[in-house]
Amino acid sequence: MFEVPNLADYNIMATLPVMVLALSTCILLLVDLFIPTERKHLTALLAAIALGVTLVLAVLPLFDLVEYGDGPLAFEGTFVADEFSNMVNAAVLITALLGVMVAPNYLERSALQRGEYYSLLLLTTVGVMFMGAAGDLVVVFISLELLSIPLYILSGFRRGSAASEESAMKYFLLGAFSSSFLVYGIALIYGATGTTNLQAIWQTIDALAGQETSARYLLMAGGSMVLVGLGFKVAAVPFHMWTPDVYQGAPTSVVAYMSVAAKIGGFAGLLRVLVAGMPNFVLDGAEVAAWQDTVWILAALTMILGNIIAIVQSDLKRLLAYSSIAHAGYILIALAAGGRAGYGDDAARAALIYLMAYVFTNFGAFAVVIAVEGNDPTHTGLGRVRGLGKTHPMLALAMTVFMLSLVGIPLTAGFIGKWFVFQVAVAAGLTPLAIIGVITSLISAFYYLRVVWLMYFEEGEGEASMPRTLAWAIGISALGTLLFGVLPYLLSDMAREVSLAFGGG
Amino acid sequence: MENFFDLVPLIVLIPLIGMLVNLFAGRQIGERGVAIVAVGASSLAFLIAVILWIAQVQTGYEPGVVDMPLLADWISVPSAGLRIPWEFRVDTLSVTMMLVVTGVGSLIHLYAVGYMHGDARFPRFFVYLNLFLVFMLILVTGNNFLMMFVGWEGVGLCSFLLIGFWFDKPGGEGWKNSDAARKAFIVNRVGDFGLILGMLMTFWTFGTLDYYKPGEAPLAAHHEAEAEAPVFAPQFPQEEHAEPEGPLGVFNQAQLWLDEGGHEVDFGLVTLSFETTLTIITLLFLLGATGKSAQIPLFVWLPDAMAGPTPVSALIHAATMVTAGVYMMVRSNVFYEASTTASFVVTLIGASTAIVAGFIAVGQWDIKRVLAYSTVSQLGFMVAAVGVGAYAAAMFHLVTHAFFKALLFLGSGSVIHGMEHGHHHLTDHDVEDHKHVPPHEHAPQVETERFDPQDMRNMGGLRHKMPGTYWTYIFGTLALAGIIPFAGFWSKDEILVDALRLGLDENRLDGYIAFALLLTAAAFTAFYMWRQVSMVFYGQPRTPAAEHAEESGPVMLVPLIVLAGLSLIGGFMNIPSGFPLLGRIFGEHQFTSWLEHSVVNAHAAGFLWLLATVAVLLAAGAIIAARVIYNDRALRQLTDDPLEANERTAGAFALANAKLYWDEFYFSTIVYPYQRAARWLADRLDWAFWHDFVHDRVIGSSFQWATEMLSNPIDRGIIDRAFDGLARLVHNLAARVRTIQTGYVRTYALGVAFGALLILVIALLPVLRDLLGL
Repeated sequence: MFEVPNLADYNIMATLPVMVLALSTCILLLVDLFIPTERKHLTALLAAIALGVTLVLAVLPLFDLVEYGDGPLAFEGTFVADEFSNMVNAAVLITALLGVMVAPNYLERSALQRGEYYSLLLLTTVGVMFMGAAGDLVVVFISLELLSIPLYILSGFRRGSAASEESAMKYFLLGAFSSSFLVYGIALIYGATGTTNLQAIWQTIDALAGQETSARYLLMAGGSMVLVGLGFKVAAVPFHMWTPDVYQGAPTSVVAYMSVAAKIGGFAGLLRVLVAGMPNFVLDGAEVAAWQDTVWILAALTMILGNIIAIVQSDLKRLLAYSSIAHAGYILIALAAGGRAGYGDDAARAALIYLMAYVFTNFGAFAVVIAVEGNDPTHTGLGRVRGLGKTHPMLALAMTVFMLSLVGIPLTAGFIGKWFVFQVAVAAGLTPLAIIGVITSLISAFYYLRVVWLMYFEEGEGEASMPRTLAWAIGISALGTLLFGVLPYLLSDMAREVSLAFGGG
Repeated sequence: MENFFDLVPLIVLIPLIGMLVNLFAGRQIGERGVAIVAVGASSLAFLIAVILWIAQVQTGYEPGVVDMPLLADWISVPSAGLRIPWEFRVDTLSVTMMLVVTGVGSLIHLYAVGYMHGDARFPRFFVYLNLFLVFMLILVTGNNFLMMFVGWEGVGLCSFLLIGFWFDKPGGEGWKNSDAARKAFIVNRVGDFGLILGMLMTFWTFGTLDYYKPGEAPLAAHHEAEAEAPVFAPQFPQEEHAEPEGPLGVFNQAQLWLDEGGHEVDFGLVTLSFETTLTIITLLFLLGATGKSAQIPLFVWLPDAMAGPTPVSALIHAATMVTAGVYMMVRSNVFYEASTTASFVVTLIGASTAIVAGFIAVGQWDIKRVLAYSTVSQLGFMVAAVGVGAYAAAMFHLVTHAFFKALLFLGSGSVIHGMEHGHHHLTDHDVEDHKHVPPHEHAPQVETERFDPQDMRNMGGLRHKMPGTYWTYIFGTLALAGIIPFAGFWSKDEILVDALRLGLDENRLDGYIAFALLLTAAAFTAFYMWRQVSMVFYGQPRTPAAEHAEESGPVMLVPLIVLAGLSLIGGFMNIPSGFPLLGRIFGEHQFTSWLEHSVVNAHAAGFLWLLATVAVLLAAGAIIAARVIYNDRALRQLTDDPLEANERTAGAFALANAKLYWDEFYFSTIVYPYQRAARWLADRLDWAFWHDFVHDRVIGSSFQWATEMLSNPIDRGIIDRAFDGLARLVHNLAARVRTIQTGYVRTYALGVAFGALLILVIALLPVLRDLLGL
C-alpha cells in the first residue's frame, strides 16, 4: 500500500538554501516584468542579493555554525544536505555571484539587456545545487535538465547573431542526445537494482557482491551510460566536441559562468552516482570499482587531447575552451581515485578543492576576455591581449595570475587543486595517471604562458574596457586565486568533513 | 570586573591605530589632526590603564591572562613543545608599568605638540612616538619572555628612529645625529645578545617561556611553596623531577625546584645544577639590562642619544624605555632571588654605574647631557636595588624617577626652546612674522657662527625670563636630589635602607658596598643638579640669546606643571612604616603591598631616622656647596668652570668632562682593532684572495670554459635540435587532430556515439571475457 508521507517527515528545512534561491528566482522573474529595459541593472542587483543571501545560508552550515532541519536526508532520501552539497553550493553560488557581476555591463554593451538573463542564470544555479544534493538518480536527471536547459537558452541569448544561435542549437541538440544516454543508463541501473535511490543502490550492490548474476552486466552498462551523459556536461573527451564551438559562439558572460557552473554540476553528479552510489561495485578478483578503468581512460584522453589541441588555438575563447576540457581531465583523475575502497572521501575532497580553485581561476580568465573583447564578440583572437601589460598593467597582472594558476604554479589556487588531486591519485595507486597529469600540465604551460608573453613582450594596442563591476569581479577572482594558493588550509579545512560514503566508504 | 581585563589588547591596538592613521593620512589631516590623533590615542591608552588599575583593585589583585583576540598562537611547534601564544598579562606589576608608560607618555605627547610645532616631519614624529607606545606596551604586557623581547626590540627600533630623527640637519649635525642613533642600536645589540641567550637557556631549562600559565597564581613564599610541594613530591622519587612539569610557568616551576633542591639541568655537554643554571641565566639577563638600561659597561650610548628631539629624551631615554631592563629584572625576581652570585654582580654594576655617571655629570656643559648622565646614575640606583633584593623599591624609584626625570627633560626642552627663540629673535630680526618660522633645530639655519642652544655656558639668568619653567625645574631638581618631601626622597631612601639592611641583617658585603656607593652618588646628584640650576637660571644672561629668551606656550607648560605636582606628591604612595603623620594619612607601604601580588619577593623596608637625616643633610649640603661654588660672581664669566679654575679640583673636573675617557677606551680597545681587522679581511682576504684569485681566476675562468663546452657542441647541437623536433611534432599532431573539429553537429553527435560505444566496449570487456570464458 502506498502511503502518503507526512509533510513533517520531508525535513524541508534541510533544503533551505536551495529553496530560498528557487523561490527568489520565481519572484525575480515576476518582478523583472515591471523593471524597464534601461534599468535592468536593478534586476542584476536583485539577483545578486538573492545569491548573496543564499550564499550566506549555504556557507553557515559549512563552518558548522548552524544546521538546517533534522539530519542530512530530506524528501525521503532523495535530497542529501551534507557537507558535500554545502561545498558544491558555496562553489556554484560564488560563480553565480561573479557571473551576475560581469553581466549587466556586458549585456548593455552588446544590446542584450533583457531581464530573463538573470532568472535563467539563477535557475541553472538551482539546478547545480540540486545536483550537489542528489540522493536519487531521478533527481540527478532532473537537476541535469534544470541546469542544462537555461544554459541552452543563454547560449543563444544573442538573438540575431548566427554564431550565437548556432552555438545554442548545437549545444541543445548534443545535450539532448547525451541526456538520452543518461536516462538509458538510469533505466539500466534501475533494472539491475530495482531502485533509483543511491543509498538503496549501494546497499543492493553490497548484497550482490560476489554473486554471479547478470545484474552485473546491466549495472556496468548503466554506469557507463551515466558516465556518457554527465561526461558530456563536463566536456570530457570524447564528448567534448561541442565545447569550443559553443564557447566561441555564446556570449562571453554566459561562457564565463557556464564553463564553471556546468562543470561543478556535472562532477557533483558523477561523484554522487559513481563514488557515493557504486564504489562497491567490484567485479570478482578486482580491488577497485569496475568503472575505474573507464574513468581512467577518459581522464587520460581528456588531459592529453585537451592540452595538445589547445596549443594550436589562435582564439582566446577557443583556447580557454580546450583548457576547460583539459581541466575536466584532472578532476576525472580524482573521480578515478574514488574507485578504490577507502579513498572515496579523499577523492571527493580533492575534486571539490580543485573545483573551488577552478571557480576563481577560470572565471577570472573569462572575465579578462570580456574586458578585452570590446564591443565585438567575435573579436577574441589571441592578438587582443598584445601589449596589455603596458596599457592595463593591473588587468595583465590578474590575467598572469589566472594563467599561472591554470598551469598550476605554486602559490596559486591551481597548484593546490592539482596537488590534492595528484596526491589522492598516487595514494589510490593511480601513479601513471598522476604522471600523465604532470606531463600534460607541463605541456599546458606552453599555451598559457604564451598569453603572458603576448601581454608583456609584444607590442600591441592592448585595448580593454573595464567597467567597475567587471574590475571588481576580476579583482575578487585574482584575490581568491592567490588567497587559496597562499593559504591552502582555508580550502582543506572547508572540505575536511566532506564524506560521500553511505556505509564506511 | 575581570571582564575589564579583556580590554588589555586595546592598550596596544589603540596606539597602533593612531600610528596607522598618522602614517597614511598624516599629511592630509594637518598638524592639528595629527596631534589630536596621537595625543588622543595615548590618552585613551592611559584611560584603559586606569580602568585596568581599578579592575585590579576590585578583583583583589588577581592576575589575569588575556589572549589576543583573532590571532592564533604566534609560534606553535607541538613536536618541540614550543608554544608562544599572544597572551597579555594583567597583574599589579604590568599595570604599574602601563600606567607609567601611558600616563607620562600622554603628557609628553602633549608637550611634543608644542615642541615639534612647525617641524617639516611633524606627522612622522608622532607616528614614531605612537609606534614606540605600541612596542613599549607589548614589552610590559606580554605574558612570556618572547613577547617581551618583541617589545624590547621594537622600542630599540623606535629609539633608533627617533635619535636620528634630525638626520638631515645641515652642517654635519645630521651626521652626528645618525651616528648617535647607530651607536645606540649597535651597543644595544650587545645587550640583546645576552638577553637572547638567556631566553634560550630559560626555554631549555623550563620548556616554556611563559611567566605564568593562565590561571596560575605566583607561589608567594617558600613556606607556601613547601605546602604545595607534596603534591608533586611524595609519590615520586627525586629523579622524576628532572622532567619539567608541563603546565607550570617558569617562575613557579623555578620556585618549586628551588624549594625541593637537587634539580639538575642537562645541557648536552654539561649538566649544571639548577642554581648554577639560574645564575647564568640571570647574568645573561643582566647583560641585556645593561644595554637597554644603560649600565656599565654598555651605558655609553645613552648620553649620545640626547641627539634626538627633547620629548624623545624625556619619554624614551628617561622615563620608560631605559627602565625596561629594570622591569625585566623585577619580573624575573624569582630568578635573581635564587642566585646570590648574580645578585652580587647586579649590585656592583648598579652601584658603580650610579657613582660613575654621577661623577661624569658634574663635568658636563650640555644641559641635556647632564640629565642623561643623571639618568644613567638613577638607573644604577634601580639596578642596585634589584641586586640587594629591594624589588619594590626599584619599581618605586622607577615610577618616581619617571615623574621627575621626564619633568627635568621637558624643562630643559623648554629652556632650549626659549634659547632658540631668543637666538632667532636676533638673527631673523627683519622677518616680520617670526613666529611662523619653524622655530628650532630643524629649521635650515643660514648662519656663519655656530650657536649651541644647549650649552649651559650660553645661558644664565633665565629665572626671570622663564618663571614657569624655572619653578617646575626646581621641583624636579629637589625631587631628584632627594629632599624631603619630594618624591625622590622616599624612593631613594627606601633603596638606601634596603641596601643597609642587607649589610646589617644578613652581613652581606654587597649591601655595605651598595650603601656606601649609593649614598655618595646621592650627594653627587644634588651637587650636579644645583650646578645646573645655577648655571641655567641664576646670575645674569651671558649671551644675547639668553637675554631674549621667552617662556614657552601653555601646551608645553601644562605637562610641566602636572609633572611637577607628581614630583611633589608621587612619593606619598609608599610612605615607609614608622613615619609620623604622613603614614597615617596616606597609608604605609601602599605601593609595596600592591606590588607584592605579582612580585613575590617584594618586601617593605622600614624607616631609619638616622639614615634619612644623614641623606637629606648630605643632599642639602651638596646643594649649598654647589650654590657657593657657582655663586653669581663665578657665573658672570663662565668660560671655565670654577672647579676647573681651582687647581685642586681641576684634574678631577677634566676627568669628568672627558667622561673618564670611557668612549676613547672603547674606541682604542674594541672599535679600532675591530676596524683594522675588518679592513684586513676586506682588502686581503675577501678582495685579494677570495675575489681576485678564487672567484676570477679559479672559478670564473674554468666556468667559462665549461659553459663554452656545454653551450656550443652539446646544447645547441644536441638538446636544442631534439626539442625543436619535439615541438614541431606536437604542433603537427595538434594541427592534424584539430581537423576533427568540423563544426557539423552530425559529426559531433557521431563522436559522442562512438565515444559511448568505446566506453561500453571498455566497460564490458571483462564481461566479454567472462562470456567467452577467457
